[in-house]
Amino acid sequence: MGALLILIGYLIGLYFFDNATAGLIIAILVWAVLSLIGYFQGDSILLGMSRAKKISRDDHPRLYNVVEEMKIASGLEKIPDIYIIDDPALNAFATGRDPNRASVAITSGLLQKLNRDELQGVIAHEISHVKNRDVLLMAMCSILLGTIVILAWYGSRIMIFGSMTGSRRSSSSGGGGQGQIIILVVALVFMILAPIFAQLIYFAISRKREYLADASAALYTRYPEGLASALEKLGASTGQLKSASKATAPMYIVNPFRKRGVKASDLSSTHPPLSERIRILRAMAGASFTDYDQAYRQVHQQGKGVIPATSLSAETVPITSTKLEGELGEPDQIQRVRETSDVMWRLSNYTTITCDCGAKLRVPPKFKEPIVQCPHCGRTHRV
Amino acid sequence: MVAGIVIGIIVVVLLIVFVATYNSLVRRRNQVKNAWAQIDVQLKRRYDLIPNLVETAKGYMKHERETLEAVTNARNLAQQLSSAGAGERAKAEGELSSALSRLLAVVENYPDLKANQNFLALQEELTSTENKISFSRQYYNDSVLGYNNQTQMFPSSIVASMTGFKPTEFFEVTLAAEREAPKVSFT
Repeated sequence: MGALLILIGYLIGLYFFDNATAGLIIAILVWAVLSLIGYFQGDSILLGMSRAKKISRDDHPRLYNVVEEMKIASGLEKIPDIYIIDDPALNAFATGRDPNRASVAITSGLLQKLNRDELQGVIAHEISHVKNRDVLLMAMCSILLGTIVILAWYGSRIMIFGSMTGSRRSSSSGGGGQGQIIILVVALVFMILAPIFAQLIYFAISRKREYLADASAALYTRYPEGLASALEKLGASTGQLKSASKATAPMYIVNPFRKRGVKASDLSSTHPPLSERIRILRAMAGASFTDYDQAYRQVHQQGKGVIPATSLSAETVPITSTKLEGELGEPDQIQRVRETSDVMWRLSNYTTITCDCGAKLRVPPKFKEPIVQCPHCGRTHRV
Repeated sequence: MVAGIVIGIIVVVLLIVFVATYNSLVRRRNQVKNAWAQIDVQLKRRYDLIPNLVETAKGYMKHERETLEAVTNARNLAQQLSSAGAGERAKAEGELSSALSRLLAVVENYPDLKANQNFLALQEELTSTENKISFSRQYYNDSVLGYNNQTQMFPSSIVASMTGFKPTEFFEVTLAAEREAPKVSFT
C-alpha cells in the first residue's frame, strides 16, 4: 500500500508539475499529517464518534472483572479503559495506539445478550487486537488508504476538468502531445484503480487480523466455544450500529454494516464470514494457535494456514472442559437487561429511587424539586 | 591479515549473539517473576474476600457449619503457606479452591442467601477472583514454559548455564477435586 501511495504521488507530480519529486512530497505530507492526527487523537475521535461512555469498576463489576481477567490472561501490563455504547445493536471494538493506552468498548445491547463465558470470549478477542497491536496497524493502514483515496480523487478530478477546458500548461515541455496523452491516460486509469486496490489490500490485512484475534481469544480463554457462541448470537441479530461509519468498520468485532443472510463476498469485506469463524472455532481440537491453524485448514480444505509460522509451536494446550463459574449464581438475561439499563441511566446522571411498591423512579439531573411522588402508588420520596 | 579479520568478525558476531541471548533470558525471567507477582496479588485478594463471604453466609446457612469451617481453615492454612515454594503453595491453594466450590454449590439450597445483594456482589468478586487466579496461573505457566525452553535448548542453554539461569517450577494443581467443578442439579 505504501508503494501505491508513492506511485500515485509520482504520477501526480509528473503530470501537474513535470516533476515527480513535488508530487511525492505532497503525497507524503498529506499522509504524515493524517498519520499524526490518527496516532495522537485517533482513539478519542473514534470513541467520541461512537458516543461511548467510560465506566468504572462500580458501574458494572462483571464487565470490569471480565476485562481484568483477560488482561491477566494476555499478560497486558495495564487494564484498558472500558466504554459502553448505548445502542441495542450487538458489537464491540478496541482502540488505542499502544497496549498501555488502550480502550475496549461494547454496546449495551451486546452486554445484555451475552453470558459470562461469551462476554469473556468477546473481550478476549478485543484484548488480542490490543495485544497484537492490530489497532495501530489497522489505524495506520486506514490512514494510508484514506490518503490514497483523497489524492486519487482530487488528482483525477483536476485532470478531467483540466483537460476539458484545454488549458494545460505543459506545452513548454516540448515533448509533444502524444507522450503527454499516454501519461494522462495511464495516470487516469491508475488513479481510478488505486483506491480499489488499496481497499482490497486493506480488507485482506483486516481479515487476517480477525482470524489471528479469534485464535488468540481461544488461547487466552482456553475455551473457543465461548467466542463461538457469542458470534452466533451476533450473527442472529440484524441491527446496524447507528454510530459506526465505513472508516471505523474494521475496528468492530463483526462488520457493523452486515446484512442478514448475506454471506459477505470474500474480497470486499473487512471481516471473514461469521459462520466460517464459528465453524473454525468449533473445529478446534485444543486451544493453541496450532489447533486453530489446523481447524482453519480443515474448514477451508486447503493447505495454507492463517497463523504466521513463527507463532506456531508444538505445545499442546487443552481446552477447559468444566468452567468454575458455570451456571452458579449467574444473572439471566432479564437481570442483565435491568443491570445494564441501571448503568446507562446512571451514566446519564439520572438518580434512581426504588419505591417500596417495587417501581423504579428515574430522576433526571435537571429535576429541582426536593421530593418526588411515585406515579405507581403515590408514595413520596426525597430526592 | 585476512585470517585475522575473519576471526575478528566471527568473535564480534558471537559476542552479539551472546548478548542478545542473555538479554532475552533476562527478559523472560522478569516476565516469570512478574507473572508470579500477579498470582500473588489475586491469592491475597481471595484471602481478603473469604472472611466477608463466610460472615454473610453464616446468618443464612445454619446447617452448613462444617462447610464454612472447612473454607475458613483452608484459607488460614493457605495464608500460612504463602511464603512457601510454588509446589507446596499450589497444593494449599487447590485445597482452598475446592472448599470454596463446595460452599458455592450448597448456596443453591438457600434462596434467601442467593437474593442477598451483598452476597451476590461478593459471589461475583469471588468467581472473578477464582478466574483471575486460574488465568494468572495460566500466564505464569506459559511464561515458565518459554523461559525453561530457552534455558534448556541449544544453543541458548550454553549462555544460560554460563550466566546461571536455572529452570523454574510450574504452578500445577494436581487435586482432582479442583479439576472437576461440582455439578449440581435441581429439578
